[in-house]
Amino acid sequence: MVKGRQGERVRSKSNQYPNTSLVQIEGVNTKEEVSWYQGKRVAYIYKAKVKVSGSHYRCIWGKVIRPHGNTGIVRAKFTSNLPPKSMGSRVRVMMFPSNI
Amino acid sequence: MAKTSRNPDLIRGVGKYSRSQMYHKRGLWAIKAKNGGVFPRHDVQPKSEPPAVKPPKFYPADDVKKPLFNKRKPRPTKLRASITPRTVLIILTGRFKGKRVVFLKQLPSGLLLVTGPFKINGVPLRRVNQAYVIATSTKVNIDGVNVEKFDDKYFAKEVEKKKKKGEGEFFEAEKDDKKSLPQGKKDDQQAVDAILLKSIECVPDLKTYLSARFSLMSGMKPNELVF
Repeated sequence: MVKGRQGERVRSKSNQYPNTSLVQIEGVNTKEEVSWYQGKRVAYIYKAKVKVSGSHYRCIWGKVIRPHGNTGIVRAKFTSNLPPKSMGSRVRVMMFPSNI
Repeated sequence: MAKTSRNPDLIRGVGKYSRSQMYHKRGLWAIKAKNGGVFPRHDVQPKSEPPAVKPPKFYPADDVKKPLFNKRKPRPTKLRASITPRTVLIILTGRFKGKRVVFLKQLPSGLLLVTGPFKINGVPLRRVNQAYVIATSTKVNIDGVNVEKFDDKYFAKEVEKKKKKGEGEFFEAEKDDKKSLPQGKKDDQQAVDAILLKSIECVPDLKTYLSARFSLMSGMKPNELVF
């Protein structure tokens, strides 16, 4: 998986749209490079005190939808909106579904 | 044979040929000539009496809706051009993620039949979805490997017979028979792998290549990698 950072929401000056997050994928710096990542699944993994399914770790899955701007930032939609406390945190960009 | 029109569209609704040109193209003149100058007529044949239908004994109380007619035929997913039998694939998910594996054939369900070979990297004969696989350009010679007998039913889960809950059986441990691989499947694996192993050992380094896992190193960008 490729490392990425996420946090900012898609927004205009005074309104934000929390259903879509912006993800910065390491090493991706242009809009053209993003096309490889389009459709790839993204996972936000976090810890919680209460064990769920035998693990303290929890995951919110999402996928890369489209590029955002010209410098390699990417829009990602998750199964549920990412919590605000996760802004700036690590996100894993997977290599599947693969098209190679 | 697909019914193609002899009259290609110039624009939608406007054909290239006129009615008289189409008459000639379709050979209606020839059909007429064959039939003595007139179009062949099919007179209405007297319909045979349908067999007497008994009025049904049972009429449902409410109107029963008929399900919509579905002509869809399931077919296997289209294989990516990069995935051909003999290709080495990299599995991306599951317990074998990162393993390099030899692709044998596509099963009727669309899943890919794949083997480690088991001795090299521990991946047995297994089904894998195309989307969770990267195709490399490495090919392995699989001449002589017989994969005819493997299909989706071979991999189907064994259906456990429902045990009737008797009072006494309730407290008995139901886990007495552990699921171990039937010997038949182990033999199949060895049969396929024996041939594969010979062709793998012919190629230098291929064995170590297949036994090593794929992983992204620091600084590797998957969008720039050539597999």
